[in-house]
Amino acid sequence: MSTLDSKTPAGPIKDKWTNHKSNINVVNPANKRLIDVIVVGSGLAGGAAAASLAELGYNVKCFCFQDTPRRAHSIAAQGGINAAKNYQNDGDSIYRLFYDTVKGGDYRSRESNVYRLAEVSANIIDQCVAQGVPFAREYGGLLDNRSFGGVLVSRTFYAKGQTGQQLLLGAYSAMSRQINKGKIKMYNRHEMLELVLVDGKARGIIARNLVTGELERHSAHAVVLGSGGYGNVFYLSTNAMGSNVTAAWRAHRKGAYFANPCYTQIHPTCIPRSGDYQAKLTLMSESLRNDGRIWVPKSKENVEAIRSGKKKPIDLSADERDYYLERRYPAFGNLVPRDVASRAAKERCDAGYGVNETGEAVYLDFSSAIMRYGQEKANILHLENPSKEKIRELGEGVIESKYGNLFQMYEKITDDNPYKTPMMIYPAVHYTMGGLWVDYNLMTTVPGCFAAGEANFSDHGANRLGASALMQGLADGYFVLPYTIGDFLADDIRTGPIANDSPEFLEAEKETKNRLDALINNKGTKSVDHFHKRLGKVMWNQVGMARNGPGLKEAISEIQKIREEFYKDVFVPGTTNEFNPELEKATRVADFLELGELFAQDALEREESCGGHFREESQTEEGEALRNDKDYAYAAAWEWTGTPRGSKMHKEELTFNDIELKQRSYK
Amino acid sequence: MNLTLKIWRQKEAKASGSMETYKVSEISEHMSFLEMMDVLNEQLINEGKEPIAFDHDCREGICGSCSMYINGEPHGPDRGVTTCQLHMRKFKDGDTIHIEPWRAASFPVIKDLVVDRSAFDRIIQSGGYVSVNTSGNSQDANAIPIPKEDADNAFDAATCIGCGACVAACKNSSAMLFVSAKVSQLALLPQGQVERKERVLSMVDQMDTEGFGNCSNTGACEIECPKGISLDNIARMNRELLSAKI
Ligand SMILES: Cc1cc2nc3c(=O)[nH]c(=O)nc-3n(C[C@H](O)[C@H](O)[C@H](O)COP(=O)(O)OP(=O)(O)OC[C@H]3O[C@@H](n4cnc5c(N)ncnc54)[C@H](O)[C@@H]3O)c2cc1C
Ligand code: SF4
Ligand code: FES
Repeated sequence: MSTLDSKTPAGPIKDKWTNHKSNINVVNPANKRLIDVIVVGSGLAGGAAAASLAELGYNVKCFCFQDTPRRAHSIAAQGGINAAKNYQNDGDSIYRLFYDTVKGGDYRSRESNVYRLAEVSANIIDQCVAQGVPFAREYGGLLDNRSFGGVLVSRTFYAKGQTGQQLLLGAYSAMSRQINKGKIKMYNRHEMLELVLVDGKARGIIARNLVTGELERHSAHAVVLGSGGYGNVFYLSTNAMGSNVTAAWRAHRKGAYFANPCYTQIHPTCIPRSGDYQAKLTLMSESLRNDGRIWVPKSKENVEAIRSGKKKPIDLSADERDYYLERRYPAFGNLVPRDVASRAAKERCDAGYGVNETGEAVYLDFSSAIMRYGQEKANILHLENPSKEKIRELGEGVIESKYGNLFQMYEKITDDNPYKTPMMIYPAVHYTMGGLWVDYNLMTTVPGCFAAGEANFSDHGANRLGASALMQGLADGYFVLPYTIGDFLADDIRTGPIANDSPEFLEAEKETKNRLDALINNKGTKSVDHFHKRLGKVMWNQVGMARNGPGLKEAISEIQKIREEFYKDVFVPGTTNEFNPELEKATRVADFLELGELFAQDALEREESCGGHFREESQTEEGEALRNDKDYAYAAAWEWTGTPRGSKMHKEELTFNDIELKQRSYK
Repeated sequence: MNLTLKIWRQKEAKASGSMETYKVSEISEHMSFLEMMDVLNEQLINEGKEPIAFDHDCREGICGSCSMYINGEPHGPDRGVTTCQLHMRKFKDGDTIHIEPWRAASFPVIKDLVVDRSAFDRIIQSGGYVSVNTSGNSQDANAIPIPKEDADNAFDAATCIGCGACVAACKNSSAMLFVSAKVSQLALLPQGQVERKERVLSMVDQMDTEGFGNCSNTGACEIECPKGISLDNIARMNRELLSAKI
């Protein structure tokens, strides 16, 4: 077993990054022109990396499976991006952002990486403003901030509910400028299906042109993966439909360790499923829990009456309602952390109290807030004895000014008016903290293969704080990789172009072609979605919000069974050499079927609860997550040995020198 | 509900296409339009047939991938929504729905309902950005205050999702709404001033090179735009163009 060396530079935490930058190898500008870099992904991480590397002079080839880089999944981020600017003068600092992120991650991230993230965060905002990103501003013309969960300061920058879109369009514009100059060659509608190693180094990829179906061999001196998260292993998630694990998984199978696959964030407030046909879940911002009260009926009779349409939620009196978060967590009430709120909703629904047809929904009710705000407003307006209707009307106005866009989005999807009737919500898979293991330079265990953004594992530990994924993606792409990649590439200034017709490339291409042919020639009886849905069900029921030993073991054998059936019975229509979305799905689901098993195995091995990972065996008397620092203060990095089952675990011990380890508490 | 679907099928760019008829049943009014298409595709796969190709990704109205021309309107009958946000409750049991790809010479069909919108990328590449490096040495973000109104207007223009519905809605296949949204965003911000003239000239030039038609101010684009991008942007771009040419 090799030891995992994070190559974290020595010295005090606040000097590490500065010292590291001055000590690592650099490639001089003339030599950069001789070096090619492949970037897989055009989201915040990949897009930022591609643009920055091209500006530095490297020849960049960038790949995405959408029809344009601007449609990467990052586009959908809503709430905002954190940065330690301290514009509000509320005591924010690099250290505080660092501390909040490590604590929020339940002490399972690498201190040095998180500190660097906090350190470069302020620069991100400067950079984006210079690009013309239209962040929200105050009347004085300066940038506005929001507060987000789990922190005591106001450090979140935002552009209404479209922060991800605006940041991604910033990165896309920087890329477009380099594409125009010929420094980035963009491969839209291309999917990486294999990583190619030459002499143990990542030297290229096999990609499929999704329009023609042709396989292409692309060589380079290094490969950067900014390919996003793998939440879609659950089938249903808030991720875009195409988000997948293939790029990371293929690198994993070629020697890149996969770290903490079981760390998943399940977001409590999403629009519930409305039926089995559903393919995608929609997030409702966490901010709604400030004014919404969560409840289900107390009695099963009322549950039945509501489900059958005989009663409406507003027909139930206060004492017929179970405000279960307020009941169980009197101190935090509806504002408990994401993981707790999610588990509590699942508990009620599993017990049969879900309020919609599928039995998987709870109410998020704004009526108290509407009346409270309405009364306040009436007082301000000096209205004498206002009618109940008047108060309600005033209150609805206040709620609209705070959450109008979310309420409208909800109404479009559900056709229910959330001003008049409570929203229905349910937890959904949202983000994956696990990913490819990387060292301080963001290099995986395959030399020359780097991972950035949601695809790597390093910064969020076992739970990510809101508004910090955007920060990490841009930090990795704009400010970290452009430096650290030079440390590796400095050895390549005399290598010359990497041939793409070496035996390694030809072999990888042949192997990929065989894989695709096998899927097409299988001619089974069931669609790819059929298997993906079954996998998702197992993941959700046994490897989801609450996990236990026997359940995880069952999940592992269940997933093995589904995988076997998949290869026996999947039907992929069409041919390999044409535009074939079903074939794209098939290769992705094939990889999910392997990842899912490793995911469950990782969850089984970690017999503690931490962040989003809740092992029922490891809880306090009150049913709260119980960490075990003595035995589990490490990152689990898995090595592929030929089957998911046989994967070998390597540990990176996590040491905390600048933050004291404490049990997270919110009571 | 039970529906009859008349859908454009086209094997590949060079093939000629035709409208084909399909039936779907037990469609719930709660389904989104794309979920209804999923049901049809699952049905086709189970019959051993080729499913209908269409672009989609986020399914929440922000990525701009989805692009169906439904009963003669881009993104269908509802206002302010993309195809993925359109719900089946906008239709009635027994309806016949016509579904086609965007129709524009500059958006050639790739397969079925999938078109090639890379012309939009090339227009942005011609100058739709501020030429600033991502070096991390930019001045402090609050060094230049920006009047809230300008920032808000720039933001509104910047919410364009690049879907191309404006082009599909226009009888001339003009891309003016799309191009003017980007020109406006950057013209309204101090960071966009330096390259202001050059930008509008090159972007309009590229737009013409791509073969998009002229704007005749009918305003169909604004009506069909899922993000409510305003015609004011076109007026602003015309002013920008005029002053750039002087
Ligand atoms: C609904 C929603 C709201 C969110 N809101 C916030 C928020 O407010 N604040 C916040 O900080 N975070 C938020 N997040 C999380 C955040 O958006 C993501 O974690 C982040 O955008 C991921 O960026 P990325 O660059 O790593 O990957 P992505 O944006 O997912 O990009 C992946 C890229 O890789 C490409 N790709 C993948 N596989 C392949 C392959 N095999 N071949 C070729 N190309 C490939 C894709 O085409 C794409 O370009 C939200 C997430 C969701 C789902
Ligand atoms: S202007 Fe509107 S219709 Fe045109 S591309 Fe942008 S969002 Fe789509
Ligand atoms: S699928 Fe993204 S906008 Fe419709």
